[in-house]
Amino acid sequence: MIKAHGGRLISRIANDAEQERWRAELPNLKHVTVNARELSDVAMIATGAMSPLEGFMERRDYEHVCEHGRLANGLPWTIPITLAVSSEMIAAENISIDDTVALQGEDGTVYAIMEIADIYKVDKDHEAQSVLKTTDTAHPGVAYLQKTGDTCLGGRITMLQRPANIEFEDFRLDPRETRFLFKEKGWDTIAAFQTRNPIHRAHEYLQKCALELVDALLIHPIMGETKSDDIPADVRLECYNALLKGYYPAGRVAMSILPAAMRYAGPREAVFHAIVRKNYGCTHFIVGRDHAGVGGYYGTYDAHHIFKEFEALEIGITPLFFDHAFFCNSCNNMASQKTCPHDSDQHVFLSGTRIRDMLSNGESLPAEFTRPEISEILQRHYSNETTSVSS
Amino acid sequence: MSDRVSIKIPRPLYVRLQQVIGGESGFSSPTDFIVFVLRDLVGTLEPERTGELSDDELVAVRKKLENLGYL
Repeated sequence: MIKAHGGRLISRIANDAEQERWRAELPNLKHVTVNARELSDVAMIATGAMSPLEGFMERRDYEHVCEHGRLANGLPWTIPITLAVSSEMIAAENISIDDTVALQGEDGTVYAIMEIADIYKVDKDHEAQSVLKTTDTAHPGVAYLQKTGDTCLGGRITMLQRPANIEFEDFRLDPRETRFLFKEKGWDTIAAFQTRNPIHRAHEYLQKCALELVDALLIHPIMGETKSDDIPADVRLECYNALLKGYYPAGRVAMSILPAAMRYAGPREAVFHAIVRKNYGCTHFIVGRDHAGVGGYYGTYDAHHIFKEFEALEIGITPLFFDHAFFCNSCNNMASQKTCPHDSDQHVFLSGTRIRDMLSNGESLPAEFTRPEISEILQRHYSNETTSVSS
Repeated sequence: MSDRVSIKIPRPLYVRLQQVIGGESGFSSPTDFIVFVLRDLVGTLEPERTGELSDDELVAVRKKLENLGYL
C-alpha cells in the first residue's frame, strides 16, 4: 500500500478520553468561529486526507508554501491551509500563542479544539499572486481571500465532532476506509479521478483509459464548497450513480466524496489534489486539461507542467496526463488531440454556456457528448431551476 | 497569572542560539526557536495516533462498504 504523504497517515480525531476531557473544558476555552471552507479543512486534516498536516499552518510552513510550493521541511505542498481571522477578533478574545481554543462552526457547534502555536499577519495579495497566479478579484479564490481576516492562527487541531453532511454520509470514505477497501479488494494500483462537474463522455473516456492501465478507479468528486454556478452536489451525485450503474465494471470502480473545498488554484491545486489522493491510498491521479482552473487564468496544460517542478518520488503518486478529449465524428469514437487526425469541426464540443442553454430549454445533450441518463438528470435540474426562478 | 514561565539555560548555549538564528532562519529570538523545538519534540513523545481501524470500526467500515456494494 502506498504510504501517506510524509510517511504517516495522520489522525487527529479525538478518542473517548480526549472527548471527555475537552468537552468538560469547553466552557473555559475561548471560541473561534470558522467558515465552511475552514471547517472542511478541519475534517480533511483530522482524517489524514491532508497528511502530514496536523493542523492549520504556522507562518514558516505558510511562507514556504507560498514561495516554494513546499512545507518548511521541504516536502511538496502547494496550497496554504490556513485559519484566517481578524486582528480585532484576536484582540477582543485576547487570543495568544499556547492558548487552546475551541473551533466552532457558523452554527455555533464546536467541532474541534486547536492548540495555538503561531499568530501571524498575511499579505493576501502576495498569497494570491504566488498561489493563484492573479490578484484579480473576479477569481473566486482571490475573492475568498479578500473576504477573510488578515491574521492567521496556526497550530494542531483535534476534531471532536465531524461536520455534518448527512445527505452524502454513505458515500464519504475516510483515507483509512478507502485504504481498507483497496486492501480487501486486492487492488494494488488505483487511479483517482477528481471532479466538481457531472461526468460527460470525455471524462468517462479518460477514466476508462486509466482503467486499462491500473487495477481500479476511484471516482472522487469534491463535495465541499464550490462556486455558486457549479452544478449542486446532490445533482452531481445522482449523475455519478447513474453512470456507474450503466457503464462501469462494478468490481473495479468505487466512488467516494471528497469533503474538500475548491480553491480554483489550477496547477497548484492539481498537485495538492494528487497528494490528497495519495493519502487516500491511490497510486495514480488523472490530470486532464485545465485541472482545477477557472476562467482564463491558467494555461490549458499548466496543471501538467507543474509536476515537472518536483521529483516523481517526492510527490509519490503517479500523475496520468490527458489531453483534451472529445467525440470525433470522422473517427466515430472518443479521441484526443493526441490520437485524432481530423479537424476540430469534426469534434463534438459544447461550451458551458451552450450546455446550460440547451438544458434550460429542455433539449437533450447529444449522446456523443453525454450519456442520455446524465442528460435527463441535468435537464430535470435545469427545468426545476428555471421554474423556481420564474415563480 | 502570566501565560509564560521562565526556564534557565546555559548562557553559552543562549549566545550560540542567538548566532544561529541571526540569519534567515525565520526565528525572531532564541525563545521562539526553543519553543518551536520543544513543541516539536513534545509532539514526537506523545503516543502516536495510527491510521489503523479499531475492531469496532472495522466492523462498521465493512458494513458500510458492503452497503455500497463494494465488498
